[in-house]
Amino acid sequence: MFASFMTNAWISGTIVALLAGAVGFFVVLRGASFAAHAIPNGAFAGAAGAYLVGISPLVGLVSFAVLAALGIGVSSRRTRNDVATALSLVAMLALGAAFLAVNLLYEPTINALLFGEILGVSSSQILPVIVLGVVSVIVLAWFYRPLLFTSVAPELARARGIATTTVDVAFLVVVALATALTVPVVGALLTFSLMIGPPAAARILVSRPGWAVAGSIGLSVVTVWASIAASYLFNLPIGFFVGALGAVLYLGARVVARRRATHPAT
Amino acid sequence: MTWLFEPGWWANGTVRTALLVGFIVAVTSAVVGTFTVMRGQSFAGHALTDVATAGGAGAFLAGVAPLVGFVGGGVLGAVAMDTIGVQRVKGRDIATGVVLGAAMGVAALFLFLSARTSSATGTTQLVLFGSIFTVSPSTLPDVAWMSAAVLVTLAVVARPLLLSSLSVELAAARGVRLRVVGVVFIVVLAVAVGMSAIVIGAILSTALLIGPPASALRVARRVGTSVALAAGLGVLATGIGVLFAYDSYYWFPSHRGLPVSFFVVAVIVAEYVVASVARRRTRSTLVAAIEPEGWT
Repeated sequence: MFASFMTNAWISGTIVALLAGAVGFFVVLRGASFAAHAIPNGAFAGAAGAYLVGISPLVGLVSFAVLAALGIGVSSRRTRNDVATALSLVAMLALGAAFLAVNLLYEPTINALLFGEILGVSSSQILPVIVLGVVSVIVLAWFYRPLLFTSVAPELARARGIATTTVDVAFLVVVALATALTVPVVGALLTFSLMIGPPAAARILVSRPGWAVAGSIGLSVVTVWASIAASYLFNLPIGFFVGALGAVLYLGARVVARRRATHPAT
Repeated sequence: MTWLFEPGWWANGTVRTALLVGFIVAVTSAVVGTFTVMRGQSFAGHALTDVATAGGAGAFLAGVAPLVGFVGGGVLGAVAMDTIGVQRVKGRDIATGVVLGAAMGVAALFLFLSARTSSATGTTQLVLFGSIFTVSPSTLPDVAWMSAAVLVTLAVVARPLLLSSLSVELAAARGVRLRVVGVVFIVVLAVAVGMSAIVIGAILSTALLIGPPASALRVARRVGTSVALAAGLGVLATGIGVLFAYDSYYWFPSHRGLPVSFFVVAVIVAEYVVASVARRRTRSTLVAAIEPEGWT
């Protein structure tokens, strides 16, 4: 399990988990799950397009993820958020379908993009993952306070003169960067699971924002580690374990919260 | 007219089936979608296609009819979302997200297992992207009666559903049982979406569910008009999409056509842009259902 060919999987998996935990906390807090689902799918289309043009998939992932984020952010000004997201999502997916039709990819390549190929992470892929990860965390830390404020009390934040739309779009771009990193590792579909399950559980269990972010990151890292180990042991796709563990964590947190409500600590 | 209708268009059985199924699904999606958009449940509407896909992959693995898997998976997901808390606006987003995340994990497992146990290639793509051109004429009756069931159920609950979609408080005051209406609607949504996901693919399912109603709600003054307009826009997009996809086979020397979903979505986006420009000036309950709060 800790053989040399697994080293890259552990390193990149851990970075992805740290990032998804931090970003996911705000996704859950802001009720932005749909955007967090749509952006990875846009990124998937970008990767398909990059194969078509013959450039690095990472470039395609980053540019399309950011494009999807801007599309959602900008059109949300005129349409209710979920409608804007749905339309951006299908537009991206349709483009991806067209790219795939023109450029027949091997099914394993598509599966890897959708469901992740953590064992296939090469050493040359690690560096961009680290760089983009650090950039995302710095950006997130830099506007942590306004982000938290607009997430918790958007009206109050607007009244205080915070440019909420700018914060919205900036946040979606951070989601996009985090996504572009996560997609090659855990896949477009499971990037989403990692951003929702562990943070939602942490938010139920911990009420103070700072601690909840830490809890979210912690649970996310545990989920990824356990999933890599289980994936290695049982030879099943890592995506399955990430998805299942996320749901189990959330349901477990709900049960614990209910216990606490009915039997207050004495 | 041969420049528009490439040879064989009128005599092609596959095209005829595709158009017929496409039109039925487009109309059903327009009706269900109008309520989906008004209730702000686009995310659930989309998530259920992926949940249904997991069911479809499971059916493929178990050797059950795919339609059963898609619709069954969708309904199961809908019930799970409702149980976790889809009825509370605050928890809705998370409940949908958690169910979606779990369903994707299960889909990953099923697709992996079916790729390992069978030599059939292209399963993933077929299940995820579907194609209207691969619909067999034998599924037509199933699609027809399921659509009929969806439309009849919606007609029965139309009034309380509409009231609760436009104003929860008003509906509660009038004695509408919100929980019951909510459950009935999300199950109807799951059946409609599961059915459309298998015949036209997950992309088109969401596109037809959200796009035409979102455009229609911007310009129509009454709900009835909006539903009719949405159905028309959906049918138009499907027709143009199928036609262009058929023609695109002749566009490239490689004879590698572009997918139907690409063209249908392109038309839907175009319709939406036109509808946004033509947005009526007066603010009514209908237009308020689609625009963000505070928008003037």
